[in-house]
This record gives sequence, C-alpha cells and structure tokens, in this order.
Amino acid sequence: MKIAVVQFPGSNCDQDCLRALTDGLRVSAEYLWHKETSVSGFDAIVLPGGFSYGDYLRCGAIARFSPIMRVIVRAANDGMPVIGICNGFQILCEAGLLPGALIRNQSLHFVCQPVWLRVETEETPFTAKLDKERPLWMPVAHGEGSYFAEPATLAALESKRQVVFRYVDESGRRTRESNPNGSMLNIAGICNEARNVVGMMPHPDRAWDRRLGSEDGKLLFESLVETLESAVTL
Amino acid sequence: MMGALMKVHVIVMPKQSVLDPQGVAVRNALRDYGLDTIESVRVGKFLELEFRTPPGEIKLEELCRDLLSNPVIEDYKIQYHAGAESKQ
Repeated sequence: MKIAVVQFPGSNCDQDCLRALTDGLRVSAEYLWHKETSVSGFDAIVLPGGFSYGDYLRCGAIARFSPIMRVIVRAANDGMPVIGICNGFQILCEAGLLPGALIRNQSLHFVCQPVWLRVETEETPFTAKLDKERPLWMPVAHGEGSYFAEPATLAALESKRQVVFRYVDESGRRTRESNPNGSMLNIAGICNEARNVVGMMPHPDRAWDRRLGSEDGKLLFESLVETLESAVTL
Repeated sequence: MMGALMKVHVIVMPKQSVLDPQGVAVRNALRDYGLDTIESVRVGKFLELEFRTPPGEIKLEELCRDLLSNPVIEDYKIQYHAGAESKQ
C-alpha cells in the first residue's frame, strides 16, 4: 500500500500529511510533484493544504489545471480514495470533483484555531473508523473556508448524506458560535456521491500526535489504511 | 514592432446570491467616511487580456467559465475592444 501526497508550488502542509502517514501510521507515503502525469503505484491521494500557485485568481483555481490534477480527476472517477485538506478541498471544488465553493470567511479574518467537528457519516474511506457520537478536535487555518452552495445543491448534499463533517460545540451541537467562517449549514467537510472523494477545511494532518494537542486526526488516516487493507483482502 | 493587439476586458463579480463580506466591509468603511447615502458595495475583479490573434467567442466564453470565473459563485461579463492599441 502506498499513499501519494501531492505537492503544488505553494503547498505548505505536504510535510505534515506525509509525516502523519509515515510517522503516525507507519505506512508508505511519497510526495507526488504537480508536474507528474501518473498516479500508478498509489492507492490513495492526499491533496494537502497551503497556497497552491499563490492562491492567484481564486484558491485552487490554477492548481486544478496542473498535469497531476488531470490524472487525479480520472483516478477519482475510477474510485480511488482522494482527500483534500484545506487548500486541497478548494482544489477539489474547483476541479468539479466536489460541489460548491469555498469563499472568503464571513468575518474577513484568517482563522487559525482549534474547532470541534461532528462526524456526519462513517460511509467514506476516511471516516469508517469514526464515531458519530464523539466530536473530533483539530485546528482550522484558512482565510477562504466558508462553504457556499446553491440551495438545491445543499438539499442534495443533505439527502444523499454527503455532508461528512460539521462545525459544532464541544457537546456536538451545531451552533452559530461554533462556525468559524460562516459556512452554510456549518459544513466543514463533504464527499462526492460515490463517497470516495472527501474535502475538509480542518486539518487532521495537524492533529495526529499527542504532542500536537490532539490525536483525533489520526483516526481519519487510520480509517483510510483500514479501508485500503480490507479492499486488498477482499 | 508587433501588430495591433486585440484587447478584451473580463469583469468577474460575486453572484447576487453569494454573500460578499468584502463588499460589506467596504460599504461600512464608506459610511464611516461620512458617505451615509451608500447602500451597498460589491467587490469583483477586472481582467485585461491582450491577444495577438483573438480566440473565437465560444472559446473566450469557455475560458471565462473554466478558469477566469467560478460559475458556482461568480458571474462574468466580456467586453471587446477591437483593434485597440499596438505595442512596441
């Protein structure tokens, strides 16, 4: 099993993601440069956070046209697990792999703080091991993380259970105060209809070791590894 | 000396249904400035493209949709300036 961590010019959470996998989970993971044109040999893809291409034009807009994204779109449509974290989520939306868009935080402030997340579905490769009853604690760090979609899109996301994470308070309640950026319906993460592509603004890659203040993020990567392992044995 | 360049302006604006917190902040600043008749401000982008050979209208619409704007949150408008300035 080998997991790819994509590097765009301007990625800055690539090392966090790689270390979460190699040091936190002891699984094989390698960087994949944005100029590459193949994902063969990899079983899953991580699009890390950062400011790909300087966030010029719109966050993720230019990364979407990089050579690696063309093959990732194909691989995702063929069912390969793909997770986009922060800037990675923005790229997945720009690439059309996930619906909606991430716009400027309602407060206009860059938010850098820990948040509580409620797990809304275990039915993705990245949430299979998670407990819907226990909120997760991990940081967000973004200026453009306010999730926006038209009402029809939001209704479809809800009815098809594609909302994966929501900002909540410590007891798991969805409140206005627990929403750090003005995201519609407190949405922090979503998946595609096929459920193999997940995007989220919070950073599991910054919460996989007690020394980082939380180990909750590790559960997402463990879910992925378990899903991949069970797929191999099937 | 290059030939005449075709200039195209693209204006990208947040859709009406999208909250524009930047516009709200600028409006509030204008009120603080003393302009109490200001009702609303929306902040968009203005892009100036110059072509040696202009692409077709369909191609231009395509690149506005695919790259220069995000149709989920933005609208765009194309303004043509045929046979504009030439550049040294």
